[in-house]
Amino acid sequence: MSDQTPGHTPERPDAGEEQSVAATPPGETGGPTVREQERPGVLQQILGGSALMSVLAVVLALFIGGLLIAFADEDTREAATYFFARPLDTISAGWTAMAEAYVAMFRGSVFDWQAATFAGAVKPLTESMVFAIPLILAGLGIAVGFRAGLFNIGAQGQIIVGAIVAAWLGFAFDLPPVIHLLVAILGGAIGGAVWGGIPGVLKARFGANEVIVTIMLNYIAVYLISYILKQPGFNPGRTGQRSPAVSPDATYPLLVPQWLWPDNGFRLHWGFVVAILATVFVWWLMERSTVGFQIRAVGANPAAARTAGMSVGRITVITMVVAGALAGLAATGQVLGTERSLTAGVAASFGFDAITVALLGRSRPWGTFFAGLLFGALKAGGFLMQSLTSTPIDIVLVVQSLIVLFIAAPPLVRTVFRLPDPDRRRRRKAGPGTTPQEATA
Amino acid sequence: MSTATPSPQTTSLPEEPQRARRKVGLKTTVVYALAALVTLLAWVLDTPADARTTFQFGTSGDLVSIPDIDVPALGFLVVLLVVMLVATGFSVWRWRDRRPMPSWAHVVVGVAFVLAFLTFVGAGRSTVIPMVSLLAGALALSVPLVFGAMSGVICERSGIINIAIEGQLLSGAFMGAVVASAAGSAYLGLVAAPLAGALVGAGLAWFSVSFRVNQIIVGVVLNTLIIGLTGFLFSTVLSDNKELWNSRMPLPRLPIPLLSDIPVVGPVLFDQTILVYLMYALIFGLQFMLFRSRWGLRTRAVGEHPKAADTVGIKVNVRRVWNTILGGAIAGLGGAFFTVGSGLAFGREMSAGQGYIALAAMILGKWNPWGAVMAALLFGFSKNLGNVLSSIGSGVPSELLLMLPYVITILAVAGFVGRVRPPAAEGVPYTKS
Repeated sequence: MSDQTPGHTPERPDAGEEQSVAATPPGETGGPTVREQERPGVLQQILGGSALMSVLAVVLALFIGGLLIAFADEDTREAATYFFARPLDTISAGWTAMAEAYVAMFRGSVFDWQAATFAGAVKPLTESMVFAIPLILAGLGIAVGFRAGLFNIGAQGQIIVGAIVAAWLGFAFDLPPVIHLLVAILGGAIGGAVWGGIPGVLKARFGANEVIVTIMLNYIAVYLISYILKQPGFNPGRTGQRSPAVSPDATYPLLVPQWLWPDNGFRLHWGFVVAILATVFVWWLMERSTVGFQIRAVGANPAAARTAGMSVGRITVITMVVAGALAGLAATGQVLGTERSLTAGVAASFGFDAITVALLGRSRPWGTFFAGLLFGALKAGGFLMQSLTSTPIDIVLVVQSLIVLFIAAPPLVRTVFRLPDPDRRRRRKAGPGTTPQEATA
Repeated sequence: MSTATPSPQTTSLPEEPQRARRKVGLKTTVVYALAALVTLLAWVLDTPADARTTFQFGTSGDLVSIPDIDVPALGFLVVLLVVMLVATGFSVWRWRDRRPMPSWAHVVVGVAFVLAFLTFVGAGRSTVIPMVSLLAGALALSVPLVFGAMSGVICERSGIINIAIEGQLLSGAFMGAVVASAAGSAYLGLVAAPLAGALVGAGLAWFSVSFRVNQIIVGVVLNTLIIGLTGFLFSTVLSDNKELWNSRMPLPRLPIPLLSDIPVVGPVLFDQTILVYLMYALIFGLQFMLFRSRWGLRTRAVGEHPKAADTVGIKVNVRRVWNTILGGAIAGLGGAFFTVGSGLAFGREMSAGQGYIALAAMILGKWNPWGAVMAALLFGFSKNLGNVLSSIGSGVPSELLLMLPYVITILAVAGFVGRVRPPAAEGVPYTKS
């Protein structure tokens, strides 16, 4: 941790963040982190480890979200006016509101036992997966950036540019079926990669702060798409809102085709398979490839990586290009799968949600995958909750951000649940000057 | 934030010659020449010889009515072109003497460039170019940016990266509207807005100082949290009873006697609400306090070299926490401009990313109050220019114009506008060792 003293390395904040996001892999010669020095026992790992912390963070966030739902509920507020006379009324009304909302959310995201058919009952689960596709893919892109110590806020812009390219290739050309889809996917990935590569190059060549450049590129992309949607080729309805529909050859086929399961009504498409493949690819890239090793090394300590002969600039560019390409793939899930044409709101808020997905997944490929599924489920469930209980879907944003806040600050969650601090024992061994927070900061 | 990362080429050079060369590079000349070239190719050659452009400088309430100024478009464009060319030549001359260009030259070229553009847009049209509403609208769009950027300056100068400006603006807008509406007084809204912003600032400080969570992460997440929270309350509590919680409470305009009667400048600068006057005070106050007061010296010390500051007895983390809360309060006050300051009710996500722009303005202004104000005005002006142009129906696509400030910011952080150096200890949690 001594590399965090001021004036040592220009990448300090990123490096500091990286201490938690990327643990030093075994066999690496760089300085081992506190976590690596002391392997805690199994029980301790479960009690104080990240898995339990993640679950507790989710529970705590859902609970606070529930309090908000109860607070906004009219019956509860009415009962609260005579709280001191009959406090149980308030509590039971609040509990009802909270339970109704979360039950609706579950029915909208996992299993709807009130549906007429079995297909209808499991459809919510497939909807969650549909929402998860862009979240997983863009989240993977951001996770790769985190591992290199890069804070890529630009997934939004990368999704937009990828969507423009993919949609254009999808409707403006006439190619044979499978090739057309592959070309459009590749185009989307390249579009995102170019948009992601710009901050990479600017950082590598001029030291431009990637946070600012990616934020700016997000806005440029927003204006770009609104400009492009007004151009004749993209604007058949003269509304400036929606491009021509993507050719059927270039769309992702449905994952559960009608001939296999008639009238299933699922929207789930092969984009989900792309998301799984991308997760596997990122796992291979980060854990098994030389480039991935270099990415992690740069993220852990750029000065050390440079001393070891790695080109920090080259790795920065590669990381951002990969991150952009993944965001571009997320865009293909939208334009070639779910929406099937380019709209001004194609990126929705996926780019920003993806940041929370990557954070919840602790920048690990499979962690990001499951975090994407969870947030996809929250989103899908949120829609049903909104229509059934008139609880606005904004509560999902609140829950999401609370989850990430709690995960980022394990001491807080430990205090709430009165859990022992697993680092305390290790801190004594590691010697003075190393606080537990440093490992988790 | 690592703008100080040396690029591969410059690392091999010794430090001093490189700095000298950076200071007096040919970048200024290139920019000036580009401006002149764009003027020549895109506008001068494209303007008919007999076209005229009308600039409107008066407003309806003026004591002395100012006539519209009508100029021959081509002639005026050529004059402006000559101004830019002279500036280009001047910069070459300064460069040979190894002296940097004075900043007023940038202003002259910038104004000439914008005027040339307006002349071109208005050439041969029946519509006038409304200068007062152009400038007044630019100022109005800049107000939240300035407040946000000042918040950023205070926080980042003390070493806390404040990405949560967006959330602070939005919470200020929300609380300002709600309290003003419930209490029936817009001024009470102005008291509540900074409190809400300060609360977000306190959250940022709590997580980044006590739990040492990465400050960018906390900022981004707090923004999402505030968007969700205000959106949730907006569509439940606020829409249940709009009259009580979310009715429009505009701040009254307070024209300053005499000053507000000055043509052009008066209606733009001195016929505003108290919020804008507070902004003027804040700009001058912060500029003075940051560089001339004990508070400012300590704040900068904590942001540049916390260990040294600690050694001389400054409480680093306490200072950071209070500055972050203060910054949050300032951004919250700026957020009030969206609601009570503009006489609007609260709307979902009404800050619309202005907090991020404020952050960019602060960086473009090189972490200086004055620079940040200039950058915020630039953003406000180009945004308003885009709006005005699309309303008078020029042929220039407004999207491309609206992109411009962001492109400029990217060029700026890429080092094209000069070295941008953040406070050294920014984003690094401090622990006594």
